[in-house]
Amino acid sequence: MPLMLPLTVSCGLFGLGLYAVLARRHAVMVLLGVELMLNAVNLNLVAFDTWWADTLHTGQSLTLFVIALAAAEIGLGLAIVLVMFRTVGSADVDGQARLPDVLPDGGDEL
Amino acid sequence: MTAVTVVFAALGLVTLVSAFLVVTSDQIVHAALWLVVTLGALAALYVLLAAELVAWVQVLIYVGSVVVLLLFALMLTRAPTGSGSATATANQPLAGVVAAAVTVALGAVMWAGFGGEVIDEDAIRIGTAERLGDAVFRTWVLPFEVLSVVLLAALVGAIVLTRRGDR
Repeated sequence: MPLMLPLTVSCGLFGLGLYAVLARRHAVMVLLGVELMLNAVNLNLVAFDTWWADTLHTGQSLTLFVIALAAAEIGLGLAIVLVMFRTVGSADVDGQARLPDVLPDGGDEL
Repeated sequence: MTAVTVVFAALGLVTLVSAFLVVTSDQIVHAALWLVVTLGALAALYVLLAAELVAWVQVLIYVGSVVVLLLFALMLTRAPTGSGSATATANQPLAGVVAAAVTVALGAVMWAGFGGEVIDEDAIRIGTAERLGDAVFRTWVLPFEVLSVVLLAALVGAIVLTRRGDR
C-alpha cells in the first residue's frame, strides 16, 4: 500500500476540520472540527508507525495519548459551551459582544 | 494494487465524504451522527494499518464516549437543534479558501517528503494490546503518568466551570 494513501486521507480530514473551526457558528461544531483535525493527526501517526515497522510502536502509543487528550479537551470544551449558553443565552462563537462571566460571581476566587 | 489498498481507498473515501457531511450539515445532531460514521471508518482504517488496539480504543473512546458527550451537551444546552441550527458564519468563503490552501500545502509537503514510499505489508508489526502495553508501560510510562494528571485537571476544571453558584 502506498504511504501517500493514508497521508492523503489525513490531509483531507485536517482541511475539513480546519474549515469547520473557521466557518461554523455553533461552538459545538467548532469542537467537532477540532476532533476531526486531531483524528487526522492520529491517522498520520499510525500510518508512519506502520510504514516504519516500529518495534517500539512510538506512533501508536502517541495516538493513544492524543485520544486521551482529545477526551479531556472535549470534556472541558463542552463545559465551557454549557457555561457560555447559560450566561449569554446562545452557544454561537460568532458575534459575542463580550466575554461571558465564566464563574457566577465573576470569578474572583480564582 | 493489493486488496488492502483497494479496501483502504474505499474506506478513506467513506471517511472523507462523511467528514464533509459533518462540516456542511446544517443540523447539529446530523453532524454529530455523521461524525460516528467518520470515526468508525477511521477505526477500520486503523485495523487495515495493523493498529489493532488503537482501533478498539478509537471505537471505545471516540464513538462510545466523545459523540455521546457531544449529544449530551447539545441536549443540556436546550439549544435549537432543528434545521438551520448549525449555520456558517459570514466568513465561510474565506474559511473554505484557507482550508483548501492548507490541505493542498500539507499534501504537497507530504508528497515531497514521502511521495514514492510504500508500506511493506509483509514487514508490518501488528499493534496488539501486548506490544502496545509493553511500549506504553515501559518506554512511555512517564508521559502516561503525566497524562493521568492532565485528565484529573480537566475533570476538576469541568466540574468547577459547570457548578452553579450557590455559595
